[in-house]
Amino acid sequence: MADPAGKPKVAFYWCASCGGCEEAVVDLAEDILKVVDAVDIAFWPVALDFKRADVEALEDGALAACFINGAIRTSEQEEMAHLLRRKSGVLVAFGSCAHLGGIPGLANLFDREAILDRVYRTAPTVDNDDGTRPQVRAETPEGRLTLPEFSDTVRTLDQTVEVDYYLPGCPPPVGLIVDAVTAILEGRLPPRGSVLAPDVALCSECPRKTTKPERLLLKELRRPHEVLMDPETCLLAQGLLCLGPATRGGCGAPCVSANMPCTGCLGPTSRVRDYGAKALSALASVVDSNDEAEIAAVMAQVADPVGTFYRYSLPASLLRRRARRHAPAGGGVSS
Amino acid sequence: MPDGGLETSSVTRDGFEPRIVAFFCNWCTYTAADLAGTSRMKYAPNARVIRVMCSGRVDPQFVLDAFARGADGVLIGGCHPGDCHYQEGNYKTLRRVHLLRRVLREMGIEEERLRLEWISASEGDRLRTAVNQFTEQLRTLGPLSVEAPAEALTETAPVAAEEVAA
Repeated sequence: MADPAGKPKVAFYWCASCGGCEEAVVDLAEDILKVVDAVDIAFWPVALDFKRADVEALEDGALAACFINGAIRTSEQEEMAHLLRRKSGVLVAFGSCAHLGGIPGLANLFDREAILDRVYRTAPTVDNDDGTRPQVRAETPEGRLTLPEFSDTVRTLDQTVEVDYYLPGCPPPVGLIVDAVTAILEGRLPPRGSVLAPDVALCSECPRKTTKPERLLLKELRRPHEVLMDPETCLLAQGLLCLGPATRGGCGAPCVSANMPCTGCLGPTSRVRDYGAKALSALASVVDSNDEAEIAAVMAQVADPVGTFYRYSLPASLLRRRARRHAPAGGGVSS
Repeated sequence: MPDGGLETSSVTRDGFEPRIVAFFCNWCTYTAADLAGTSRMKYAPNARVIRVMCSGRVDPQFVLDAFARGADGVLIGGCHPGDCHYQEGNYKTLRRVHLLRRVLREMGIEEERLRLEWISASEGDRLRTAVNQFTEQLRTLGPLSVEAPAEALTETAPVAAEEVAA
C-alpha cells in the first residue's frame, strides 16, 4: 500500500449497478497489467481489501482519478459519491448507470413504496406474514443495526455530484476504457464534461452500413425472436427496431454484429438532451405510412415504449421519473 | 435553469388556469391565429404560442421539456394532411405524436395533454375552438405535476462542450 514510486492513485467504486462494469475492467486482460504498473489502486472494494476509512484518511484530491459505476439509489451510495468526489482530481462516471441512470433507472417508473411493497409483500415468492420491511435503524440485543436509506428516485451520478468525464456503455467497451485511462495518465483530456467516446451515431461504424437503404422505410416492426435474420443486412431494413441511428458509436457494434439490434447503451450524441425522445423521433421518421390507423397499428408494435427508448436513460431524461398524481407527500404513484 | 417564461404556479387565486404551450406552424396554424387576432375573436388566453416553420419541426424533446417545466398541456398545430408546405412534415408529426403519447401515458402523463390539431390559415374560428376546448379539457384534468424529484440535488449537467475523445 505504500506508494514510494509516487504513482498516481486511482479508485474504482460501484453504486446501483450489476457488476458488469467491474467485469469490463477485468476485460482489459493483459492491458490491465500496464494500468497496474502505471497507477496505485487505492480503493476497489470488489477486488481489493480497502475500506471506507482508508479513503477518508486520504487527503482531499489525493486520488488522481476515480471511476464510479452505478446509479445513485441509496444514502450510502450518495455519501460515497460525495466522499470520492472530494478525494478525486478527475471523477469519471463509468458505464450507463452512472452516466444516464441505466437499467436500475427504469425503477423511476415506480416509487419507493411501490418497489418495497412488491419486493417484501406481493411478489409470489415472498413469505412475509409479519410485513417486515428493511429498517434504516434497528435496536437488537447485540446493539444498533443500520442500513442505508432507499431513495424514492434513482439518480445519475452527475445529479448527485459534479462529474468530470463520462465513459458510456453497458458496460463501457474495452477500447474506450483503454483510451480514457491513457488520456488521463498522459494528461491529454478533452474539455471537462465530455463523454469519452466518438460523437457520431453507431451507424457510422456499423458493419451492416453498406446495406442500409438510401431511403429507409418500414411498414412493420418485428422483434428479434420473430425474424430469421439476415446476418449482413441492416437490421432496421429487416424491420427490427435497432436504435443505432440515435445512439453514440464507439463500441464497434458488437450487438449488431451478433444479430442483436442496438438497444442504445452508449446514450445520445452531444447534440441530444433526451435520448428517448430522439430515438422515438428516429423511428417515427422511418415508418412508411401517412394513414393514421396504419400509423397507430405500426406504433402499437413497439412493445414497452419507455423500456425500449429509455432503457438506459430514464433518470437522465427530461421527465426523469413517472409523474406523481398528487403532491408527493409520501410518494404515491404506482400504476 | 430559467423557467422558459412559464409562471411558477398554475394555481392562481381564482383557481386553476391551465398553461398551454402551443407550437403552431408558420404556414397554417400560426396564420390562423393571426387571423383570429385580426378578426378580434376572443378565446382562452391560456396558450403560449411558439411559432415554428413546420409542425414537423416540433422535436419530441420540445414537448417533454414543456411538460418538465410546468406546462399542463401541449398543443401542436399544423397544416391539414396533404397541405403541408414541406409536403410531409405534418405526417411526420402525426407519427411522432402517436408514439410520444404512449410514452407519456407510461410516464404518468395523460395522453390527452398532448393535442394535435390541423388548422389551415383560413380557419381562425377553428383555432379559437381548439384552444377553448383544450383549455376546458385541461381544466377538467387538473394541474400536472412533473416537478423534479426532491432528492435530486442539482440540475442535470448542461450539455457541455463535448469533443470527440477517442
